[in-house]
Amino acid sequence: MPKSLTQQTNSRANFFTGLTMISGLLIVVGLYMALIWAPEAANLQTANERYAQRIFYFHVPAAWIGFLALIGSAIFSILYLVTRQERWDIWALSSVEIGLAFFTMVMVSGPIWAKPTWNVWWTWDPRLTISAICWLLYVGYLMLRGAIDHPERQARFAAVYGIVASFSVPANWLAIRWWRTIHPAVVAPGQNGNTVGGFGMSDRILDTLFFCLFAFTIFYIVLMYHRINLENQKRQVEALKQRILGVRG
Amino acid sequence: MNDVLGAIMPLNFNRYLYKVLAIVAKDVTTELRTKEMMSAMAVFSLLIIFIFNFTFDLRAENISTLAPGVLWVTIAFASMLGLSRSFILELDKGVLDGLLLAPVDRSAIYFGKMLGNALFIGTVELLILPIFIILFNQPLASLPKLSGVVLLGTVGLAGVGTLFSAMAVHTRTREMLLPIMLFPVIVPLILGAVRLTAAILDEIPLAEVSHWLALLVAFDVIFMAASFMLFEFVVEE
Repeated sequence: MPKSLTQQTNSRANFFTGLTMISGLLIVVGLYMALIWAPEAANLQTANERYAQRIFYFHVPAAWIGFLALIGSAIFSILYLVTRQERWDIWALSSVEIGLAFFTMVMVSGPIWAKPTWNVWWTWDPRLTISAICWLLYVGYLMLRGAIDHPERQARFAAVYGIVASFSVPANWLAIRWWRTIHPAVVAPGQNGNTVGGFGMSDRILDTLFFCLFAFTIFYIVLMYHRINLENQKRQVEALKQRILGVRG
Repeated sequence: MNDVLGAIMPLNFNRYLYKVLAIVAKDVTTELRTKEMMSAMAVFSLLIIFIFNFTFDLRAENISTLAPGVLWVTIAFASMLGLSRSFILELDKGVLDGLLLAPVDRSAIYFGKMLGNALFIGTVELLILPIFIILFNQPLASLPKLSGVVLLGTVGLAGVGTLFSAMAVHTRTREMLLPIMLFPVIVPLILGAVRLTAAILDEIPLAEVSHWLALLVAFDVIFMAASFMLFEFVVEE
């Protein structure tokens, strides 16, 4: 069987090499669409606002990937505790790391857009608050991992924390929404429930948004593949080191 | 799973409860002999209330609008102090190994530790609530209702806190990690508790904020159930 296994691995590697290239292409096309192809938002007053609006095409997909990665890491954490296969731990860790990267992107691009539009960098709007809390949950997860040396315990504790953290996200969301309906936000969100509601989004704007969502989802899958690969190799090196030197690197 | 079901069956329930209470009694005895944790928590929470009271007094027009937030920040910080100590002694003196070797269901250990933690935090709260009311010039009549909200909040805090404390104690940074793990998770609890506290202090009828009460109860139940199920994985070695 070893030969067919290698073939299988090879064909999978080939598939993901191809997907990586496609993903890169999609992001470039997404950039073109977001920066040039999409029309200017018609109802915005100043040039600054109109430029800043284009952040939206990458900001929303990044938030989407952030939440997708959170759901992913919760599922992988449960799978790890049930099956105890190291694979799921690696998947959960990869998903959290990627999610943190995307949430950081959300947290950076958000204020850059908010300043010219809302005239404040930050407001405790539900969406901003939940992003900040998710970001902190991700950081907590990685700090917990970083503080444990024992590999099996690291995986187990991280899975437990990942599950509790994912439970708290819907609870947080509910609480923050109620919190804000009593104290209205500085700028009310749009009627369609979108952060940039009231733009009256034209077809090209929507097309660009959906294209970017698609491109980012492919990008997430590609990143997951590479991160999982990296972690596998890291652990192999670790195991080899241990075998040769008899110490943990 | 059979053990858990068996423990919930009426016949065995008394035995299970007895084991839980034995663990609580152990913690209470230890605490009564040393008085280390409670005194630290009490003094620390007094300090927080004092500091908040006079620092806000300098600038805020009406500090009583800040009162609910101050109360819950105080409770959260003080509990963190107690929760972080919860398993340190157990680990350092080998108590945890003893407990795990004992013919006790793991969930009994969790409930025992959780009740102990809730008891310690609750006692400290009992002390600081009147002082809080005096310093922030709030109606004394709100004390009974306030105690109810504080109780709900404490159960939720101790519920997740006990699970995380058992994890944090096994890390290199130990208790330093606990607030980093715990605070983002308990945000809904704090929000609900602050809203309810504000409603009680402003004498708003409870019917208007009943959804917050529901959230608080739901948080307690869901997170206690989750912690109860996950605790087994934390102490399994």
